[in-house]
Amino acid sequence: MRIETKFHATIEIDSADKWCFPKGIPGFENETDFVLLPIEGSDSLQVLQSTKQQEVAFIVANPYTLVTDYTFELDYATIDLLEISQPEEIMVLGILSMKQPYHQSTINLQAPLIFQVRNKKAKQMILNDPRFTVRHPLDKGGN
Amino acid sequence: MLVLSRKVNEVIQIADNIEIRILEVKGDTVRIGIEAPKSIEILRGELVQSITETNQEALTIDMDLLKQLMKKE
Repeated sequence: MRIETKFHATIEIDSADKWCFPKGIPGFENETDFVLLPIEGSDSLQVLQSTKQQEVAFIVANPYTLVTDYTFELDYATIDLLEISQPEEIMVLGILSMKQPYHQSTINLQAPLIFQVRNKKAKQMILNDPRFTVRHPLDKGGN
Repeated sequence: MLVLSRKVNEVIQIADNIEIRILEVKGDTVRIGIEAPKSIEILRGELVQSITETNQEALTIDMDLLKQLMKKE
C-alpha cells in the first residue's frame, strides 16, 4: 500500500510491516496503524509514522543505547493487550522530543513504546514510576 | 456524568468486577482503594495528560536539526 509520510514523501509499504496500536497513542487515540521507517544516515533513530495521517510521525530511538539503568516491569494490562508470552517477543523504543541544539533533546522514559514482534501489536505503556520522566535529557550517556 | 455521594468505607461497584472504596477523607485529599482485574489499566489523570502533551510536543520536529543529525552520524 502507498502512504504519505512526513519525512519520506510518498512511499510503498508492505502491510505486513504495519504495527497495530489497538488503543492508539495518548493524544492520538484514532491513530492505530504505524510503520517504523529508517532515517537515512542514522543508525540510532527511526520514524514511527502513522499510515493514515501524514503529519503524525515521531522520532524514536532505542532507549538502552541512550541511557543507562533503564529497567521497568511490564504491567499486566500491556501483557494482556499485546498477548505477550515471552520476553523475547518485545522490543522497546522511546519517543524523542527533538530540540535545537541536539543535546537539549529529550526522550520519554516514562511512557515507553512496547512492540510485540510476533503479532505486530504495540502500545505506549505509562509507567507509574517516579524514577523516570517524560523529558529525560539525551546528553546523559549515549550519542 | 453520574454523580454519587459516598461516606468513608462506602463502595461504588462498577460492572461485576470493579470496586471503588473511599478509604479516608482528610482536608482536600481523598484516598481511594480500587479493586479491579489486572488487565484494567488504572492511572492518575494528570500522568495521562502529561504523556498526551509530551506526545503532541514531540510532533514538532525541527527539520534542520534532523538534517544535521543525518549528516553527523
